[in-house]
Amino acid sequence: MDLSAISPTLLVASLMVAATPILLAAIGELVVEKSGVLNLGVEGMMIMGAISGFAAAVLTGSPMVGFLCAALGGAALSIIFAILTQYFLSNQVATGLALTLFGLGLSAMLGQSYVGIKPPVSAKLELPLISDIPVMGPILFSHDFTVYAALTLVAGVWWFLKYTRGGLILRAVGESHDAAHALGYKVVRVRILAIMFGGACAGLGGAALSLVRVPQWTEGMTAGSGWIALAIVVFASWKPARVLLGAYLFGGVAVLQLNLQAAGVSIPVEYLSMSPYLITIIVLVVMSANRSKLVLNAPAALGRVFHASR
Amino acid sequence: MLRLEKRPNPSKMWGYLAPVLAVIATMIGGGVMFALLGKDPFEAIRTIFYDPLFSEFAWYYRPQLLIKGAPLILIAIGLSMGFRAGIWNIGAEGQYIIGAICGAGAALAVYPFDSALIFPVMILCGAIGGFAWAMIPAILKTKFGTNEILVSLMLVYVAEQLLASMSLGLMKNPEGFGFPGSRNLQQYASAHNAELWAGSGIHLGVVFALIAVIFSYIMLARHQMGFHIRLTGESPKAAKFAGVNPNKLVIYCLGFSGALAGLAGMFEVAGPSGQISIDFNVGYGFTAIIVAFLGRLNPFGIMLAGLLMALTYIGGEIAQSSLGLPSAAIQAFQGMLLFFILALDMLTNFKIKLVNAEVRT
Amino acid sequence: MTKTLLHLNGLTKTYPGVIANDDVSFNIEAGEIHALLGENGAGKSTLVKMIYGLVRPDHGTMQMEGASFVPAEPRAARAAGVAMVFQHFSLFEALSVAENIALGMENPPKASALSARITEVSQSYGLPLDPERLVGDLSAGERQRVEIIRCLLQEPKLLIMDEPTSVLTPQEVATLFTTLKKLKDEGTSILYISHKLEEIRALCETATILRGGKKVATCDPREKSARDLAEMMVGGKLNLADSKETTLGELVLEISDLSLPPQSAFGTSLKNISLRLHQGEILGIGGVAGNGQDELLACMSGEVSTTAEAIHLDGLSLGHMSPNERRALGVLAAPEERLGHAAAPDMSLTENAMLTAMTRKSLSKSGFLDWPRAKDFAEQVIKKFDVRTPGSQSAARSLSGGNLQKFVIGREVLQDPKVLIVNQPTWGVDAAAAADIRQALLDLAAKGASVIVISQDLDELMEISTSFAALNAGRLSAARPMVELSLDEIGLLLGGADAAA
Repeated sequence: MDLSAISPTLLVASLMVAATPILLAAIGELVVEKSGVLNLGVEGMMIMGAISGFAAAVLTGSPMVGFLCAALGGAALSIIFAILTQYFLSNQVATGLALTLFGLGLSAMLGQSYVGIKPPVSAKLELPLISDIPVMGPILFSHDFTVYAALTLVAGVWWFLKYTRGGLILRAVGESHDAAHALGYKVVRVRILAIMFGGACAGLGGAALSLVRVPQWTEGMTAGSGWIALAIVVFASWKPARVLLGAYLFGGVAVLQLNLQAAGVSIPVEYLSMSPYLITIIVLVVMSANRSKLVLNAPAALGRVFHASR
Repeated sequence: MLRLEKRPNPSKMWGYLAPVLAVIATMIGGGVMFALLGKDPFEAIRTIFYDPLFSEFAWYYRPQLLIKGAPLILIAIGLSMGFRAGIWNIGAEGQYIIGAICGAGAALAVYPFDSALIFPVMILCGAIGGFAWAMIPAILKTKFGTNEILVSLMLVYVAEQLLASMSLGLMKNPEGFGFPGSRNLQQYASAHNAELWAGSGIHLGVVFALIAVIFSYIMLARHQMGFHIRLTGESPKAAKFAGVNPNKLVIYCLGFSGALAGLAGMFEVAGPSGQISIDFNVGYGFTAIIVAFLGRLNPFGIMLAGLLMALTYIGGEIAQSSLGLPSAAIQAFQGMLLFFILALDMLTNFKIKLVNAEVRT
Repeated sequence: MTKTLLHLNGLTKTYPGVIANDDVSFNIEAGEIHALLGENGAGKSTLVKMIYGLVRPDHGTMQMEGASFVPAEPRAARAAGVAMVFQHFSLFEALSVAENIALGMENPPKASALSARITEVSQSYGLPLDPERLVGDLSAGERQRVEIIRCLLQEPKLLIMDEPTSVLTPQEVATLFTTLKKLKDEGTSILYISHKLEEIRALCETATILRGGKKVATCDPREKSARDLAEMMVGGKLNLADSKETTLGELVLEISDLSLPPQSAFGTSLKNISLRLHQGEILGIGGVAGNGQDELLACMSGEVSTTAEAIHLDGLSLGHMSPNERRALGVLAAPEERLGHAAAPDMSLTENAMLTAMTRKSLSKSGFLDWPRAKDFAEQVIKKFDVRTPGSQSAARSLSGGNLQKFVIGREVLQDPKVLIVNQPTWGVDAAAAADIRQALLDLAAKGASVIVISQDLDELMEISTSFAALNAGRLSAARPMVELSLDEIGLLLGGADAAA
């Protein structure tokens, strides 16, 4: 075992890459939950994004087209959820589960002929000169563009929720759909848009996994990332900046355990592979124990069915 | 313009009709999907739904129906209790794995000792294993208010790693020439969950599934606990007013479903599967969620739904070999079924009405 | 002759099984306070929802200042100068006052400018308000100010107020009336919805009375007696509950120094509550909603357990007991929220009878439930309390508010309680059912049981209670015999005077 082979600089740089898929999915889900909808289908939308992005990138040779199609794929799947929960008033927990089961099956079916193929390499944003700065260069300035896109998205969502009227309406709908409806806001429309945004983000997250992080296609490759993204939203108590923190924390754990595996630490591989999931549970417990704070930030209408009766 | 209008009373008729329509709609939707894959949709649907029951090889497939249906029904019955009360155990797959590991572990620990006591002890260990694994989310929820959905699901991944570790390490067959996986319990008479009548497909797990169906029916219809479960699902505040202790209910529902999932895993590992191996679990714990909803959380409905879902598994396998239908297509097909049942379920509580949207001036 | 602001002509709106509004026509003049009077279910809410664009009429037209007025949505109504203060507040608890107000405006100014405007307007109308506070932390009266200021910032031509005083103390009502009269003097028309007659006679110069969806009359309420108005509203003679002379018996229930921390993010805490309840007594607990009523009921019903010593029944301490243990001793309760707390909406009346009567009516034997007996009991309640429903198999949600409330109260009364605690027993219930419910409570006390009635409706408490205490910010005043109290004194108690006693 050789722990000195683990370079802290590379560790930080690679945790940013490792965290990006989860970060994208989590920031999308945050918007969805802020509108009062609990979509447990993140895992399904993510893997749909992973395969649609991968397939499109392979077919066109352009990673950009791949990312675009990933967002569309995730959003397309989320529309099923939106229609079922918003028009058919189905139970959100059950429908989200259905979305995950369906997405896993559909993606495996679509992806059959893509197993074992290498995708086109997406461009790294190597900024000349500054990416050569020691330590800071590799950490901050020599990543794939998805890393920066995710960071921009987090900042954008934060700004949108805090400073725009659209963000205020979204939060209002998530707080009390009845009151929002009484004021004349289109609750269903707002929620459908939020769900689609969440789907697109999850799709992008999936593509970040299949085109950048791994990069290849295997069945069920998300391996719980979507669920971890859901946990991060709780961890972050519905605050964008803390989603960033949470995602990087989990990225760190994931990268560290991989590094430890590579370094041949005497802990069996299986137990190291468990660690991200166990840490998710521990973090959830710590966050939930502080319940009063969590309740204050949670959207009050989260998961409740809205039906304008009269 | 179409509008939904809440029915004053839930419709009994739609309660029965919705699952039937959902199956039909899924056949149509699935047919379209198969056609897009370049398969003959009619042949595919026939292969999945008809052949396992009535083709010339049906004598082989019919017992399979019980073998595949039993774990689904056993798990789904457990899940349905919690789902009714709004307690979402979606980690049955993990509880199933742990039940299998504990059940098999009990047998492997005393191998090759023969005793009539071994099998009952395995059953007990399987149930306790699943129960204990489900107690993790249950206790975390009651003590800290942690979301049971996420915790139970995370524990599936943990259980899968544990399964891998067991089949590569502790439980690896010492006489297995280095191949991963435990000894085959089918060759260990005291631990073998054999068919009660050869060729019938009926092993002890099938009997337990039937008992679980009857037990949960009586529970829900006649017993205070079942009433409190239904009440909590309908209206948690009213349940609290009626004197229900929500924490006890969480422990009960998660524990019950965990124990049943553990039993299912134990019967599987000691019977049809035979050994602990990396790919022991095939997703019964997740498919059972579909079964529970397709059966509208009603015990007898779940029994029928479990058999139907077993049919799609078997039919899917036939279609895979005879038509080259990808195995994932069946998974997508099952997911589609859940969508339709969730969408049509609305009709029990709502009417669709055509309304005139125009304002007369 | 004043100018007509809004002309309503033949408005009709039908829902399945009900005609909510049937050919309603009247005018609202510029700068008048126009009362819309009617019982619950008379069609007042539907009518204003049509004016506010939330509901479209099936027939009929509206004209605003002579021009056709067809609001497709609230936004259009607001743009035309209509603003509305809702009966159940349309506020967002986790958002600040300023954010709440911005949500109700079409083109809100920038955050800082808006805060300044809120402060300015709130001061000029005598309704002080801090724009940065979270609405969840405000009292009911303050929340109403948020709604009113939200409307005023849009400088409306017509302000609709739906039952605005139901959550206010008498003193707060006086402040509100001053504000409304000031608005009227500035030329704003106000459509004032209420079923409180004295209030309308004090405030309004025109009143339109609705009954069963139809307009009965438009008149000057100052020229009519309250009795005339009431009879127009109800369409017949009113059946007032006849209170019997009761002499107080022995001490039955005693609460001593009961305190409770807040149960949710915006919940109220209870502070050192003490009360003594005697046999045959009806203790009325008045107070504006949100001052700890739900919490107090939960402590007594056993949904929230306290220290054992906080509550005594006949000398036996029961503060730690579960709801069913208390039921066994004869302490029963009926919470405010009918659907979803006192009854499960989708369950049948039989199942809802089982909900609380399992213990006292022995509907369960070693855990197994006796459904036929539960059905008998449900049918007994339906019969004795004249609950209008096809039968005991009907879902609770299919009943009208009044009928369900009769069922809920009847379910407890027929279990022969020693102590019955009810919260808002007649809230949102039609007058006939309300009278029946009050009579049932009086009869129960006459038979020797003790009753606590928690209510916002002072008229109700004055009608049936033998003693009165006020709940304010989680503190309960000392109980005093009802006959000794004047309306002013009650108002002061509700406002929190004497809280220390």
